[in-house]
Amino acid sequence: MTDIIRTDAVIVGAGPVGLFAVFQLGMVDVEAHVVDILDRPGGQCVELYPEKPIYDIPGLPEVTGQGLADNLLAQIKPFAPRFHFNQMVSALERTSDDRFLLTTDAGTRFDAKVVVIAAGGGSFLPRRAPIPGVEAYEGRSVFYAVRAKDAFRAKHLVIIGGGDSALDWTLNLAPIAESVTLIHRRDVFRAAPDTVNKMRALVDKGVVDLFIGQATGLIGENGMLKAVKAKAEDGSLHEIAADAMLPFFGLAAQLGPIADWGLNLSENLIPVDVKSYQTTTPGVFAIGDVNAYPGKLKLILSGFHEAALMAQAAARRVHPERRMVFQHSTSSSTLQKKLAGA
Amino acid sequence: MAQITFTDHDGGERTVEAREGQTVMEVAIANDVPGIEAECGGGCSCATCHVYVDEAWSEVVGGPTPMEEDMLDFAFDVRPSSRLSCQIKITSALDGLKVTTPQRQG
Ligand SMILES: Cc1cc2nc3c(=O)[nH]c(=O)nc-3n(C[C@H](O)[C@H](O)[C@H](O)COP(=O)(O)OP(=O)(O)OC[C@H]3O[C@@H](n4cnc5c(N)ncnc54)[C@H](O)[C@@H]3O)c2cc1C
Ligand code: FES
Repeated sequence: MTDIIRTDAVIVGAGPVGLFAVFQLGMVDVEAHVVDILDRPGGQCVELYPEKPIYDIPGLPEVTGQGLADNLLAQIKPFAPRFHFNQMVSALERTSDDRFLLTTDAGTRFDAKVVVIAAGGGSFLPRRAPIPGVEAYEGRSVFYAVRAKDAFRAKHLVIIGGGDSALDWTLNLAPIAESVTLIHRRDVFRAAPDTVNKMRALVDKGVVDLFIGQATGLIGENGMLKAVKAKAEDGSLHEIAADAMLPFFGLAAQLGPIADWGLNLSENLIPVDVKSYQTTTPGVFAIGDVNAYPGKLKLILSGFHEAALMAQAAARRVHPERRMVFQHSTSSSTLQKKLAGA
Repeated sequence: MAQITFTDHDGGERTVEAREGQTVMEVAIANDVPGIEAECGGGCSCATCHVYVDEAWSEVVGGPTPMEEDMLDFAFDVRPSSRLSCQIKITSALDGLKVTTPQRQG
C-alpha cells in the first residue's frame, strides 16, 4: 500500500467544473488533488466533443471542447494542482468529524478535509460490445482493457473496432498472439493515420486478418469463447475462430461507485443545498452535472458558479480560524503571490 | 407539420406529428416512441438514437456526416440505411418519412 496523501481537498473528476474548482479553491488557499479515470483532463468536453465549438462560455464567444480544457489548465496552473489520472475513486469514508478517506482502484489513498465531487455523468468506462450474449463471456474471454499482454500469448484473438485503442492493440498483440483478426464495420478507420498505415502493412504481410463487417454473435461455453460470428459487408455470414476477444466500442459515462457513498442520490444525481453546494454529508460537496437542486441547468456555466460558492464553504472548513475576506481576482494577494511564484 | 412513422423491429407502427426544425430523435422522445434512447440528448456522441431510414426516403434524407459515421461504429447491426435520428432535421420535404428502430440500441 502506498502512503496516504494528506491534503485539504480532493476533487473527484477533472471535467471543466472540477478544473475550475481548483481555481476557486486556490483563491481561498485550499490545495487540491484531482482524480479522474480518464488519462487526461477535460471530462465530457474532451472525451465527447473535443472539436465542437461551445458558444455559451461567458467571455469566450466560441471555444472548442479541447480549447476550453486547455484554457482552464492554463488558468489553474498558478495553483499547481496535483492530478491522478487513470484511476477511479472507488470508496469514500468519513474517518472523523472533519476528515475523509478516499481510495482509488489503483490503490491511491487520500486523507482530506474536504471532498468535491465533480463527477459529471460518472466515470467514463468502456461501452459494452453490442453483441447479443456478450455478458456471459466478459472477464473470462472477452476483455475491454488489456491488463497483461501475456494473457494473449499464443491465443487466437479477435479485436473489434476502428479507433486508436483497437488498432494500437492490434499492432501490440500481433507479434505474440497466434492469430489476430481485426473486425471493423467499414474500411475507414478513426485511428491516427500512422497507426492505420502500420495496421495495413501487417494485413498485407498476412500477419493480421482484416474483416470488414460486424460481429453478430458468439460461440462458446462457460464463458470461454470458441468463435465469433460475423456478417460481412455483402451480407455473407462467417465464423472466426477465437479464444479471446477485445471489443472497443468507445467510452460511456456510468455513475459507478458514487452510488454507494451514502449521499441520498435521487435519479443518479446528488442532492445539494444551494448556499454552498454541500451534500447531506457535511464536508462533501457536489458541483457540475452530477448534482441536483431546484432549477438546475446542466451547463458548464452553472458548474463554474457552483464551484465559486462551494469554495467559500470549503475554506471555512479547512481554515476555520481565518476570517473570510471577499476578494476580487484583480486584487487577490494569494493569486498575485502564486502568479509571481509560477 | 410533418408526419413521421416509426416502426419497431417487431413491426409495431406509430405515426406522430412533427414540427419543422425538430430532429427525428426529439420527435420520438416527445412522443414516447419506444426503441430510441438518446442518452446524450442529441449530441451525436452516444449512438443510442440509431434508426434505419425507409428505402423510399433515403435520397431525400441523405447519408450520415463523417462524424455521424464515426459514432455509428458503436451501434448494433448497422446497415446502409442507418442514421442517427438526432442528426436528421425535419423539413416539409420529410412529411411522411418512415424509419425503423433496430432490435437494440447499443
Ligand atoms: C455533445 C455535447 C455538447 C455540449 N455542449 C455544451 C455547451 O455548448 N455548453 C455547455 O455549457 N455545456 C455543454 N455540454 C454539457 C457539458 O459538457 C457538461 O455540462 C460538462 O461537461 C459538465 O462538467 P463536469 O465537470 O460537471 O462533468 P464531466 O465533464 O462529465 O466530467 C466528469 C469527470 O469525472 C470523472 N469521474 C466520474 N466519476 C469518477 C470517479 N469515481 N473516479 C474518477 N473519475 C471520475 C469522469 O471520468 C469525467 O472525466 C455538452 C455536452 C455534450 C455531450
Ligand atoms: S442522441 Fe446521442 S447520438 Fe443521437
